[in-house]
Amino acid sequence: MRGIVGWGVHLPHRRLDRSQIAAVAGGGGGKGTRTVASYDEDSTTMAVAAARAALRGVDEPVRGLWLATTSPPYVDKSNATAVHAALRLDRSVPAFDAAGSVRSTVGALFAAIAGRCGVVVAASDVRVGRPGGPDESAGADAAAAVLLGDGDHAPVLAEVVGVGSATEEFLDRWRVPGDPASRVWEERFGETKYVPLGLEALKVALGQAAVEADAVDALVIAGLHERACSSVATKSGVATERIVDRLAATVGNPGAAQPLLLLAAALEKAKPGQTIVLLVLSDGADAVVLRTTDALASYQPASPVESQIATGSPVSYGRYLAWRGMLPVEPPRRPEPARPSASAAGRSGDWKFGLSTAQGVLAEQRGTVTTFTVDKLAYSPSPPVVFAVVDFDDGERLPVEVTDVDADEVQIGMRVEMTFRRLFTADGIANYFWKARPLREDR
Amino acid sequence: MASHGIRDRVAIVGMGCTRFAEHFDKSADDLMREATTEAFAGAGVTKDDVDAYWLGTAQSGMSGITLARPLQLEGKPVTRVENYCATGSEALRQAAYAVASGAYDVAMAVGVEKVKDSGYQGLNAFPIPNDGTQRSLTAAAMFSMVAPAYAKRYGVPEDEMRTVLARIASKNHANGARNPKAQFRREMSVEQICGMPAVAGGLSVFDCAGVADGSAAAVVVRAEDAHRHTDKPLLIKALSFVAGNGSGLEDPGYDYTYFPEVAASAADAYAQAGITDPRAELAMAEVHDCFTTTELVLMEDLGFSARGTAWKEVLAGTFDRDGELPVNPDGGLKSFGHPVGASGLRMLYEAWLQLRGEAPEERRISTFGQRSLALTHNLGGYPGEMVSFVGIVGTD
Repeated sequence: MRGIVGWGVHLPHRRLDRSQIAAVAGGGGGKGTRTVASYDEDSTTMAVAAARAALRGVDEPVRGLWLATTSPPYVDKSNATAVHAALRLDRSVPAFDAAGSVRSTVGALFAAIAGRCGVVVAASDVRVGRPGGPDESAGADAAAAVLLGDGDHAPVLAEVVGVGSATEEFLDRWRVPGDPASRVWEERFGETKYVPLGLEALKVALGQAAVEADAVDALVIAGLHERACSSVATKSGVATERIVDRLAATVGNPGAAQPLLLLAAALEKAKPGQTIVLLVLSDGADAVVLRTTDALASYQPASPVESQIATGSPVSYGRYLAWRGMLPVEPPRRPEPARPSASAAGRSGDWKFGLSTAQGVLAEQRGTVTTFTVDKLAYSPSPPVVFAVVDFDDGERLPVEVTDVDADEVQIGMRVEMTFRRLFTADGIANYFWKARPLREDR
Repeated sequence: MASHGIRDRVAIVGMGCTRFAEHFDKSADDLMREATTEAFAGAGVTKDDVDAYWLGTAQSGMSGITLARPLQLEGKPVTRVENYCATGSEALRQAAYAVASGAYDVAMAVGVEKVKDSGYQGLNAFPIPNDGTQRSLTAAAMFSMVAPAYAKRYGVPEDEMRTVLARIASKNHANGARNPKAQFRREMSVEQICGMPAVAGGLSVFDCAGVADGSAAAVVVRAEDAHRHTDKPLLIKALSFVAGNGSGLEDPGYDYTYFPEVAASAADAYAQAGITDPRAELAMAEVHDCFTTTELVLMEDLGFSARGTAWKEVLAGTFDRDGELPVNPDGGLKSFGHPVGASGLRMLYEAWLQLRGEAPEERRISTFGQRSLALTHNLGGYPGEMVSFVGIVGTD
């Protein structure tokens, strides 16, 4: 039996109220909120957060890692290796990028289904867009990860019982690398392509699983063509109330992360013995049919989607634009940090990426703020720097930056957990290390 | 193994110090020439009479050539030293030991820093290639953590703590106002300082050392040769230095209310000098008031006040120029300014003026004529990870 043995999701702490957009951009926006990656997050750091959540408490030896994204911090250099290092995976475990399109996520998932067991598939995306444009308001930043196994170690929670694909080359949405937003062909054209492709892939997968459409308990339809997703849902033969909510009102569409995010949301609501279908529309269509097992009843996701949706804090539109580089605000009048040394970082990988000392792994511990300060003078990509002396529950101490917090929110005695972040970027190098962040959810 | 010191074996016979200021129109070369000219004249020597030089500079030069070139020294050994903000004191320490060893008859310690050519406010460390996990916090923020920690440990109310720190800054401004070589020469009331906006923790810019360019220099000789140069030499009683190992940053027992490196270097210095009651024996102290919180804690680490009592003594005026033990009568880092490599020697310059009765009347310490010892304390680094120098000089 091959299937999902664990999953994890990361929704960034900050939320943009779309109604703020029109006043500044002159149009666009809309109702609801979208998630916003903090200035110190990127697709790699968010993938680490989601993968950590997927692995937490699951006794499954990891034998492979896939990282899918349309927003990789690097090209030529692999991004999955940083995730590998932050997860402290064994060096014998391969780590691969699947970058470029939303379909990369399905590709990684299919590779994991077909390959060795014990594979983490992490999908992560930072979705930008031009101010006032549809990509900006519809998009989201998020990551989600699933861990696939054979049931030899951790019990399978949802077995893969069918897959199906349909592929066709056509031009619906395209983005030149480096551009903030995609360009799209007339919406109706894409819809006429996606609807038959989606129904075809769904039919193949359901046939393989020997399940009728009306027996599907939850249908996840992911993809950047929202209208095509709705059309396929209507024509799928699955009852409307069994179509999984695409979280547009609270999260938005996190591109490559959307398939696994919505699948996680569906799994968190599912009961044992149910059929869940993931259908992804992205230059073709791919479907995976899953059958939940009895083990699902006793599985506790480390960081449920619903509780993460409920715990965010607002970010102003101006600050959002500054974080994404769309509003070039005055930088701090301090020298920019020097680039980190590749060889020095290479020697301290356990510390820099794994936050491990001879005493233990601080990354997996919680701590308490013993004292703190707010530094309005220090260089930061988003001043001020909030800095705390953190005493961990096992007795170790670390003076460290605090993130996902407002300066007036931090206090002595605050409980924190560790999060993998990009401290700054110098000479194109994403300087990754760990920060503390307030423990907001009961995980 | 023991720290024996060189008590009474080496004397300071000439000193010089530039005004500390934003010397946009002067180079490090200009500043070094000015400070050394004054020191040479005071000791009655020429540059050729000095056998060896030590140059303390943190970021204004990399080698002895930084001094040899502007002074056009011929065939002299010049050693550049650097030890964070205690660099100037380190230069003195090396020069004094060189004379005590018998290797040289006359040595000179020079400190200089040209910080205002960087184009940025504050001090900016020269980046050493690293793994990118180092703290990026300013020194102000690191030292700001002392204030709430001290207040909590000793039950000082928050607004009272603000007043204590402002009182320290106000005292140093009052002293600097009477010093023509100080960077800031304006008195600041406690009320004015309390009203300043915080920039790092609870600290405002008026809790921080002035950032200035400057240079200072000292000529040292064997004690028995001192009277060939001056009638009023300062004898070196103690030179102590401790480099912390950084364990305070990771020690959950460390509470940011004291600096163990300072206490250790003070204990060593008092032992070298034979001092048992520093508060009663010292005529004055120049301490490293990089931030007001630092000066507060130093009063306890240096043994001037019992633990948890310095804040009351600050309010009582114990460390005012006319108090029981004047601290930073020249204005300190706060008001005199802090050109990193020069500060340690600038502190000694004030001891030179005060103990020899050369400080002007309006800045004279209350203890003048009654006590003959002065302490200089110079630190570099941060709470939990610092270097500390304590030196003691005297006229007897």
